[in-house]
Amino acid sequence: MPIKLPFSGRRQSHPTDLWTQCPDCQEMLYNKQLDKNQRVCPRCGHHFRLRVDARIGLLLDRDSFREQDPGLESVDMLGFVDQKPYPERLEAARKGTGVRDAAVWGTGTMSGTKVALCVMDFAFMGGSMGTVVGEKVTRAAEHALAERLPLIIVSASGGARMQEGTLSLMQLAKTVAALGRLQDAGVPFISLMTDPTTGGVFASFAALGDVNLAEPKALIGFAGARVAAGTISEALPEGFQRAEFLFEHGFVDLVVPRPRLRETIVGLLRYLRASTAPDKSSGNGSSPMARPLSYLETLTGREPQEAVRG
Amino acid sequence: MAEQPAIAVPVGDQVAPPVDQDELRNAVWARVQLARNVHRPHTLELLRAMATDVIQLHGDRLFRDDPAVVGGFCRIDGRRAVFVGHQKGDEVNENVRRNFGMPHPEGYRKAIRLYLLAERLQLPVVTFVDTPGAFPGPASEERGVAEAIARSIQVMAGLRTPIVTVITGEGGSGGALALAVGDVVIALENSVYSVISPEGAASILWRSPGYAQQAAVAMRLTAAEQLALRVIDEVVPEPVGGAHEQPDATARALRSRIAYHLDALAGRDRRTLLDARYARYRRMGEFVTITSAGEPKPERGGWADRFRQFLESGRAAIVGDGVGTLPTDTDLDESDLPLREDV
Repeated sequence: MPIKLPFSGRRQSHPTDLWTQCPDCQEMLYNKQLDKNQRVCPRCGHHFRLRVDARIGLLLDRDSFREQDPGLESVDMLGFVDQKPYPERLEAARKGTGVRDAAVWGTGTMSGTKVALCVMDFAFMGGSMGTVVGEKVTRAAEHALAERLPLIIVSASGGARMQEGTLSLMQLAKTVAALGRLQDAGVPFISLMTDPTTGGVFASFAALGDVNLAEPKALIGFAGARVAAGTISEALPEGFQRAEFLFEHGFVDLVVPRPRLRETIVGLLRYLRASTAPDKSSGNGSSPMARPLSYLETLTGREPQEAVRG
Repeated sequence: MAEQPAIAVPVGDQVAPPVDQDELRNAVWARVQLARNVHRPHTLELLRAMATDVIQLHGDRLFRDDPAVVGGFCRIDGRRAVFVGHQKGDEVNENVRRNFGMPHPEGYRKAIRLYLLAERLQLPVVTFVDTPGAFPGPASEERGVAEAIARSIQVMAGLRTPIVTVITGEGGSGGALALAVGDVVIALENSVYSVISPEGAASILWRSPGYAQQAAVAMRLTAAEQLALRVIDEVVPEPVGGAHEQPDATARALRSRIAYHLDALAGRDRRTLLDARYARYRRMGEFVTITSAGEPKPERGGWADRFRQFLESGRAAIVGDGVGTLPTDTDLDESDLPLREDV
C-alpha cells in the first residue's frame, strides 16, 4: 500500500462524503456502493477517477504491492510564486490527498506475473508531472529493465507541472529516454490512460506503450479542449479527445471498461513478456535489440556492454 | 567544455538578485518580445548565412509536408550535417503558410524521418528550435500530435549520431522539446524556453492572461536563467538590439559555436555519446528524499501502528523513531536536512 501521510484528518466521517452525484446521469450514488463497484456508476457506466491505492487494489494481486521510493518529495527549484508560493501548494496537496506527490511506483504481481507498476494520482495537483513524478516513472522503467519485468504505467494527469518550469518539461525527455532503453531491450510496456491524460504526460510516456489501453470516455489529448477551440474557429468534433476518439484514430489499442481491466492486462501479459533469453549484447538491457544494428556496427563489432545507469 | 560567453543579464535571483520587481519584469518581457520578433532570423535565414550547400528535403512520407518544420542537408563550416528546425515566416502570408511555426504531427514525423536518415548516413544532426508550441487544433489531435512529439523525443534520445540543438527564438513546451533533445543545447541570448507560454501559465495559475509578464518572470524562461538551471549548456550573445538587427553577425556567431560542438562530439564513440546524452536528461530536476513519514504528530489513533507496520515492511534505510523529526537517509548524508538529490 502507498504510505498515507498522517494528517488527512477525520474527513471520512463528514456526512457529505456519503453520497456522490454522477456527473453523467445525475444519479445520487451511495459512496460505499460506488467503491464496491470499482467507482463505476451502476446506472450509466461513468468511470469516476481512482486514487492510487484503489487503482493498485484493482490491478494487482492482493497485498502483493511493494512500494519503492516512497520518500521522494518535490522541491521548489525556481522559487515559483503565482497566487501562492509553490511550497504552499505542495503542502496543501500533501495534506489534502495524504500522498507525497502525484505518482507512486513499486512492484507486485498480476495473477502471479511479477510486474513493475507506476500509478499517477490526479488528486495531487492535477496529477501534474514535476521532477518527482518524472523520477518515479524513470525509476520504474529502469527497474523494469534491470529485472526484465513488464512495466505498466497508469496515467492520470493534466500535464507537466508549471511550477517547476522547463525542469518539468525535461521530465518528458528523461522518462521517454528510459522507456526507449526498456523497449530497445525487449522489455514490454503497457500504458493505461485514465481520465484525464493530457499535455506533457500524453506527449511522452503515455503515448508510447507497446500496447496503449484507455478507460471509457477518458479525456486524452495534447492541448486542453478550450485551447484547441480558442486557437481555431471550427467547432470541435463530437467526442473530441475522448478515449473512443483516440481509438478511432489509431492511438489506443483497446478501450477497456474497468471491470474487465485486470483480466485484459493479465491476458496481454501472457504475450508481453520480456524475452527470456535476451540477445548476448543486451544482457544488461542497454543495447538496442529491437532496432537492427546499423551496417557500420556489423563491421565494427558489437557495442561494449555497460551498465544502464549512467 | 565550452567557453562561457560573458553575459550579464539582470534576471532571476540565481543570476543576480533583482533590485526592482518592475524592472525585472520589464527586462524579462523585453526578451520574450525579442524572441517573438517577427523579423528575427529563423532556421532558413540563419542557415542561408551560416551554411553552404543547403538542400531541403520535404515530407513525412505519411501525410504531407509541414511547412512549419524544415529540414535537409547542409554544410556548416565545411562539416556535413542534417538540419531540422521550426520555421516561422517574416510577413503575414508566409507566416500563415508556416502556421506561425506551430507544427502539426507531420512536421515531427518529418523530423523523425530525417533523424533516422542522419543516423544511417552517420551525419551529425543540428536542430533549430523556434516555436510557440505544437499546433493545438483538432487536425493536429486526430493525427496524434502527442504521439508524434513523444516519438520524436524517443528517437532523438536514442539516436546513434551526435545532436547539437540551438534554441533560436521561442522554445515553447513539448513542441519545442521534440526538436531539442540534443547532446548539447545552446541558446541565443534573447531566446526563451518554457514549459507553457507565459499567457497560458497566466490564464491557468493567475486565471487571467493579463499576468503573462509575472508568469514569464516566475517560469524563469530567459536563456540566462535556463543556463543557470542547467537546462541549456551555453548562451550565444546577440548583436546590440537583438538578432534581427544583424542576422548575419548572429549567424556567424552561432556557426562557430555549432562547429565547435560538432567537433567535440565527433570524437566520441557512440556508446559514450548515448550514455552521456541519457545522463544529461537523467539528471534534470531536483527533489528531496525523506526516509520516513514523520513530519507531524499523529492526529488519529492507529496511525502509529500503521506507520510501524510500514517500517517493518522492509524499508531498511529508515532510521529514528520517525515522529516529530525529519530523519534522513544516513547512508548518504549525516546532516539533519532532507537529502537534496541531484541525479
